[in-house]
Amino acid sequence: MSAMASLRSYLGSIAAKFLHRDQLGADMDDEIRSHIELRAEDLERAGVPRAEAERRARIEFGGQERVKDDAYQAMGGNFFDTLQQDVRFGVRMLRKSPSFTVLAVLTLALAIGANAIVFGIMNGLVLRPLNVPHSENLYGTAYGVDPGFQSYPNYLDLRDRNHSFEDLAAFNFAFVGLDAGGNPTRANGFSTTGNYFDVLQLHPYLGRFYSRADERGPNSAPYLVLSYGYWHSRFQDDRNVIGRMVQVNKHPFTIIGVAPPEFHGTLMFISVDFFMPIVNQPEVDGQSLDTRGTTHGIFEAFGHLRPGVTPAGALADVNAVGAYLERTYPKEFGQKEAWLGRVGLTSFADPIHEFVIGLTVLAGLILLAACANLGSLFASRAADRSREVALRLALGSSRKRILRQLLTEAILISIIGGIVGLLCSVGLLRELSTWRPFPYAPIHLPVTPDVKVYIVALLLALVSGFLFGIVPVRQVLRANPYEIVKAGSGARLGRRMTVRDVLLVGQIAVCAVLVTASMVAVRGLVRSLHSDVGFDPQHSMLVGTNLTQAGYSDAQFAATQKRMIQAVETIPGAEYVGLVNNYAPLCAGAGSRVSVFKEETTDLRPANSAIDPFRYDVSPEYFHAASTTLLAGRDLTWHDDKDAPNVALGNRQFAERMYGSVENAVGRYFKFLDGTRVQIIGVVADGKYLSLTEAPEPAIFGPFLQAPTSESHLVVRSSRDPQQLAADIRTQLHGIDSGLPVDTNTWASQLDVVLFPARMATLALGVLGMMGAILSITGVFGMAAYSVSKRLRELGIRIALGGRRKEILHTALGRAFQLLAVGSLAGLVLGILATRVLAYVVYQATPRDPLVLAGVVIAMALLGLLATWIPARRALSVDPLILLREE
Amino acid sequence: MTDQAQILPGTLDLLILKAVSLGPLHGYGVLLRIGQISGQALLIEQGALYPALFRLVRQGLLKASWGTSENNRRAKFYELTTAGRKRLREEVDGWNRLAAAIGSALNAQPEEV
Repeated sequence: MSAMASLRSYLGSIAAKFLHRDQLGADMDDEIRSHIELRAEDLERAGVPRAEAERRARIEFGGQERVKDDAYQAMGGNFFDTLQQDVRFGVRMLRKSPSFTVLAVLTLALAIGANAIVFGIMNGLVLRPLNVPHSENLYGTAYGVDPGFQSYPNYLDLRDRNHSFEDLAAFNFAFVGLDAGGNPTRANGFSTTGNYFDVLQLHPYLGRFYSRADERGPNSAPYLVLSYGYWHSRFQDDRNVIGRMVQVNKHPFTIIGVAPPEFHGTLMFISVDFFMPIVNQPEVDGQSLDTRGTTHGIFEAFGHLRPGVTPAGALADVNAVGAYLERTYPKEFGQKEAWLGRVGLTSFADPIHEFVIGLTVLAGLILLAACANLGSLFASRAADRSREVALRLALGSSRKRILRQLLTEAILISIIGGIVGLLCSVGLLRELSTWRPFPYAPIHLPVTPDVKVYIVALLLALVSGFLFGIVPVRQVLRANPYEIVKAGSGARLGRRMTVRDVLLVGQIAVCAVLVTASMVAVRGLVRSLHSDVGFDPQHSMLVGTNLTQAGYSDAQFAATQKRMIQAVETIPGAEYVGLVNNYAPLCAGAGSRVSVFKEETTDLRPANSAIDPFRYDVSPEYFHAASTTLLAGRDLTWHDDKDAPNVALGNRQFAERMYGSVENAVGRYFKFLDGTRVQIIGVVADGKYLSLTEAPEPAIFGPFLQAPTSESHLVVRSSRDPQQLAADIRTQLHGIDSGLPVDTNTWASQLDVVLFPARMATLALGVLGMMGAILSITGVFGMAAYSVSKRLRELGIRIALGGRRKEILHTALGRAFQLLAVGSLAGLVLGILATRVLAYVVYQATPRDPLVLAGVVIAMALLGLLATWIPARRALSVDPLILLREE
Repeated sequence: MTDQAQILPGTLDLLILKAVSLGPLHGYGVLLRIGQISGQALLIEQGALYPALFRLVRQGLLKASWGTSENNRRAKFYELTTAGRKRLREEVDGWNRLAAAIGSALNAQPEEV
């Protein structure tokens, strides 16, 4: 009660102080006046004459202003009061030197902006869990051949045999043609197990979700749940969409619900259009769910861990189920170490984490460099103001008070800079999160900034404000007012500016590291662009079709695809037309491996396989169309069909690993898991299949006529304009079937997807490198300009005495260049040592590349020249007469 | 004037509270009253008075209002709040205990030890 009352009177006192300032002053004046008059009257009564009494009363009272000040202090809230004073004074000082202020604010805005963006990305991809209830306990798992690739029967076994998950759901990709009346378009969705939404504990935005009860055998649940985004863009928020019949790959499905707006699927960087029950996947893509030995059934299984189950325990459990499956189905299941991790990133988690950590380190360096930069700016400013500081000290101001004032200025700069940087980065992050890098892929970066980003950015700004604000502290503490006032502004600065020198060297070193990093990244990207991928992506068009989307059955696939090839071959300018089942190499991150056994192996089980090459099924003209070199043997022909013996071509890696050499391979045999003997009829050059960064991998190419599938890509080699060619191809294919959705892309543009990470890394590092360069320019410029301006008199005298330009320049800027050289060298060495960090971020990162080394040296030298250009001009154009007259 | 006692640090507030507890006073009146009740032994420095008054107001021990003095002058009068009265009691008790303790300590004779 009394605590409350005293708090109230305290606040009232402060409020009175700030809200009624003028009135309060007048009030105090009144009170003091009445006091003096009362005293004067007393004196008068004691016999003192009126005038003398008043005078004595005033003298007795003492300094009225001091009393008022003290009383004022006694009212409390002095922290804010002083702060207000400091801020007002700080703003005035900053406005007096606008170029300093702008430079400082921009420097900090740059650094804070970069860090806010990087943190935004980290926040979106790493820190923020999937936007579903209890996501902290939600784990994804995969086992079998590769994380992310397992079969539906294996999932069922895991679901029913594990003891760790409350329930286990799973999903796979479903790329379909969706016809809502009128034009069929491609739509990207997930086919999920019935319990998907129940495991996620989600509730529909509209309508209902399907559940496990809807699963009654294959194709028993023709239901669609739309994502909110797709419902919004494709169906214009039409609430009557529930219950509507649509065609998915020509099969009727009923729309039963719309997912909540914040949920866009269980992969962070993908936003899907729809969800459908996985039991209906067979009718949509024509592949049975029952095959155990496939890797296509399930992308990821996930669920909440039971109370008390640790991730390590769950992993052991999954491995135990895997071991059981291997014992039970030795032919179809090869156990590999299972994987368990957070849902949302699956096996991409590690590279993404590494990338984000690399970026964070680099952005932190930017901030450090900026702090060093600002620190030296503030130090030279404090030196410039040494007279002001000395005067204030001499007049009785405390050092604490002066430091507080300087720190307030630094914090002011940091807050303004932080806000500017934050605003820019928020804009950029918003852009990024709505950005769809590829129109045909549902990729989406969930980096919308949230409160955390704002807080981190402002905290960083404040911390850096303190960091660069305390740089001049020692200077002020050591300042001797008498010396400074006596000596005048110019004299104090000797050659000892060591703190600032060290800061500048450090800053340049950091910037050199950043410049090195960006050069390494650019070199890496250039190399990836020019690396030999085993085919020629230029002048070739990929034409994607999926025959099940137009209602074809298995038996019709090969014949229809052959007709498609022949139809496209008639197009003028189409030099070669080939076909590859599913996806061509380096497309859409797709590629499937197959276990291959030596001919003499009899115990065929995955564990005994010789190698696991990538497998492609192609048409006879494929290698011509792809410009892949045939090294030995013969190409496929149209006679290599279902009735002919099984044959295949291998690449050089395959030939060398299986048979020792290319020459030995032709005519030899290998076996598949099911025992089929296949003869090698030829060997082609190595290539890249899944990513540009992969080590040389073995691959085999079989005849597509022996392994028909619905989905295929035609490869059309032509030097014609891609757009016209695509139009002609569509016309031809629609002549065969007007209801068949056709995708046309140049192979080169498909490579963009593969190059996307490298491009993004290069872009990020390039931007950071640019920032580093800008910071080193401002740093060196500040230092050079300052040293020139401080030594103008000396320079003027030397010029007057006939000093030569070279010597003048050496005097003025020699030190700046020395520091630059030392800093750059240190940065270069650090950059080389930091290879490991860079390797996280970019492909083929090696700063030991002579081109990179030369590039960094030249870049830093150029930056130095650029930064010292203006100060150098100023030093040379000194007019000794004017200068000497001035002082 | 020579037999004036030095005011102990921290006792100014106590004296002001005591002075005001005898009836509302303006600032000058507080000075006079302290002089009067201490038999002119304690004299407050005028400059220290007002900061102390403002501090007591801030702490909610005093409240101030403008009024008219005995000789028809406008003056600001201070009076005790409930919290002030309570504080005064506590401080007086504390002071008495302290004074008694110090007094007995100083009066100690060799044979009592």
